[in-house]
Amino acid sequence: MLAFIFWTVTTVAVLASWWRDPGRTKKALQTSGRSLKALVPNVLGMIALVGLVLALVPQEVLTRLFTFKGVGGFALVSLVGAVVTMPAPIAFPLAGSLLGVGAAPAALAAFITTLTMVGIVSAPIEASYFGVRFTLLRQSASFVAAILIGLFMGVFL
Amino acid sequence: MMTVHLKQYRLFLVVLTINLALMLWQPALAGHSVTNSLKFLTEVLLVLPPVMVVMGLLDAWVPRALVEAHLGPGTGLRGAFFAILLGTAAAGPIYAAFPIALSLKNKGAQLGNIVIFLGTWASIKIPMIIMESSFMGLRFALLRLAFTVPCVLACGYLMEKIMPGEVMPENGGSGLTEETV
Repeated sequence: MLAFIFWTVTTVAVLASWWRDPGRTKKALQTSGRSLKALVPNVLGMIALVGLVLALVPQEVLTRLFTFKGVGGFALVSLVGAVVTMPAPIAFPLAGSLLGVGAAPAALAAFITTLTMVGIVSAPIEASYFGVRFTLLRQSASFVAAILIGLFMGVFL
Repeated sequence: MMTVHLKQYRLFLVVLTINLALMLWQPALAGHSVTNSLKFLTEVLLVLPPVMVVMGLLDAWVPRALVEAHLGPGTGLRGAFFAILLGTAAAGPIYAAFPIALSLKNKGAQLGNIVIFLGTWASIKIPMIIMESSFMGLRFALLRLAFTVPCVLACGYLMEKIMPGEVMPENGGSGLTEETV
């Protein structure tokens, strides 16, 4: 249902944009196509990996990992999310499936934050652009932010 | 050309191989794994294409030059607002944002705003809220947004305080844009 609404809204937006400026809209759609195409290998790989991991790791283990309480629990979950960096469109389905096996929503909020913002694997790339100090500081600050976000979410969810 | 393609699909091919091996050894587990992935794939396919289209439209209609002019020193909260606007109107993982952030930095954007731009790019894209709420619920998505924005702002402010006027490495980047999962 939500997907249907979103497709409708998107169609209307494209039509409105086309009516204003067909050339610009064509360019926008080309950008979209390119971004989508660039995502495909990663998305396919991640989807396959997540399916495999969910099949291999017993549900109780996942449920326990994502239901630990307190700062330590959020730190642990954030650490798991900090290993690799994922684009948000992959991080959300992953978190959604963990929610399905009983993970705590607050823990997933911390997990999503480090998953998208902190990446030990992509740290060398970041350092090559901005230097080691910047990378370390930004990733540490984001890590702490993830724990805080988890704690705050825990109050409301 | 071909090798570049295969390299991009490395993860997918590795998992595929594991699944095939499992099929011989533990068929039930392999079946479970493939069913999981297919369920996932349909969910992603339902939401991802329109998200990308909206992002493409945002990218085309938000005047980038105007935004870039508002990120310099002394812009304060207005600068932070534009950094968020710029970060939210784009697609791709955070490492795709590094070259753009570097060019902003070279055009005179404040360090704090760069950090805010990167944080927003990574985790709080507005069109993505639709996708997030379809997987996690609307309440979750809105709450996470409400907590993430101040945290990203705080990170930017903190970085600005810790390393003011930091010199970035010359010729940063060395072309490492496409790699890594």
